Amino acid sequence: MTVTSDIVALNQWLPVAYPGQVTPTKPHETLLLGQLIRLTAASDGTVTAVALNASGAPERDLPIIEQFAVIFTTLGDNPRPMPIIQAFDEPDRRIVNCGSVGVHASPFRIVENFLDMAHFCFVHTDILGAENETEVLSYKTEHRQDVDEIWATGCQFFQPAASPAAAEAGEGQMTDYTYRVLSPFGVMLYKSALGYADRLDAICLFIQPKTETECIGYMPMALLDDTSSNTGMIDFQQTIFLQDRIILENQRPKLLPLTPRSEMPTRADLSSVAFRRWLKDSGMRFGLLHEEAA
Amino acid sequence: MALTLHNYTLSGSCYKVRLLLEFLQIDYHTISVDFFPGKEHKTPEFLALNPLGQIPVLEDGALQLRDAQAILCYLARKYDPSAQYLPDDPAVFGQVMMWLAFAGNELMAASAARLHDVLGYALNVASARAQAQSAFAILDDHLAERAILGKTWIVGDAPTIADIACFPYIALSGDGGIGHEPYPYLRNWMRAFRKLPRFHAMPGIPEFA
Repeated sequence: MTVTSDIVALNQWLPVAYPGQVTPTKPHETLLLGQLIRLTAASDGTVTAVALNASGAPERDLPIIEQFAVIFTTLGDNPRPMPIIQAFDEPDRRIVNCGSVGVHASPFRIVENFLDMAHFCFVHTDILGAENETEVLSYKTEHRQDVDEIWATGCQFFQPAASPAAAEAGEGQMTDYTYRVLSPFGVMLYKSALGYADRLDAICLFIQPKTETECIGYMPMALLDDTSSNTGMIDFQQTIFLQDRIILENQRPKLLPLTPRSEMPTRADLSSVAFRRWLKDSGMRFGLLHEEAA
Repeated sequence: MALTLHNYTLSGSCYKVRLLLEFLQIDYHTISVDFFPGKEHKTPEFLALNPLGQIPVLEDGALQLRDAQAILCYLARKYDPSAQYLPDDPAVFGQVMMWLAFAGNELMAASAARLHDVLGYALNVASARAQAQSAFAILDDHLAERAILGKTWIVGDAPTIADIACFPYIALSGDGGIGHEPYPYLRNWMRAFRKLPRFHAMPGIPEFA
């Protein structure tokens, strides 16, 4: 595809690599909003990025931010600010980089899937949900105007194995969730951490839109867990993501529709309704289905 | 002493071994390998276990085995006294070996397409998909002939390690952009396979085929 002209999509910090993916001997070429870019690492590990023209020659330098165990760049001149996520600065957290996973879906369908609790018992059976505990209890959503984020609070769900540590403990639990839509292409959740009464695990999903229907998801986590191995935590998160992936790739239409009548929300979809409204108000065109007026 | 499987949950090759271990109700424990993004299977520690740098690896006491197909043969011979999964009859045995080799060679093109689409491996995905589709057509034709004879499984009258070795990368092919629509006999066979007692799915295998 050609590079998008959508100024809202262009003015975002977007993930383009995970740490270790770009090394001094191994540059990394990838697609962002239809634009081919190349990342290179200097001998001290500093990563730089350039946009390439159609014949593969460098066209212009791009800025880089390395944060939350992800490398971000932007194609825009006035990007939306990076989100503030304090959990990643707390010294006793374990920062886990789960790499990245390709998904042939609209970035916004991926965000919506991340926000959705109703599918836990059917897609993540015996892990994030149980087939006999399907109810999504009432929760609240709000648009926090100071940070221009959508939050869903007071979410609760019964989970047989909410995390590797909880799976080890062997008993299901009512898990508390808070969701934050950090940007149109970034979403995160806070959830109960086993053994901590008043602190929460933080799990992010940053989405690199290669095109409108081809994305790469990055899942950095800032966890409170002294016992599970990194490998175990990565395995757990990748398992969840690949269970979602097959569902996401089979959703039709591939582009997300925003007209209220094209997909019927239920009470459990409150966060999706708020996300779609916010996305529409943002003026975004990229990745969305543009239906003719009836 | 329990068996140890060096395992990656999302690996179809490890899944072959996990399926047989479950079917035979063998106790085992796993050691997770950080295949991605850690590339732990290419570290000196893992290469000491398997110089090919591939998963799975099975340890049974002092014995260390690599290669999913070899591990399936070993487990069937040692832990399946009925010999259902690896029959003794030379002609049947020969055919099981033939389809095991097919699973370890031609069908691995479907794994390559999946690695490209899911984990971003740099390879020629169009070529990998075309090779996988040729292989799928060959097994689909074989299963059509079997169906005419009233048979469900690749060889013989009961599931063997040939079925177990072929199942994962065919069932997971959607992850690599290869649909099952052109292969009706593969679809029937996958449905029958999914109904086996103690069958368990892995992420990426459609629940309703």
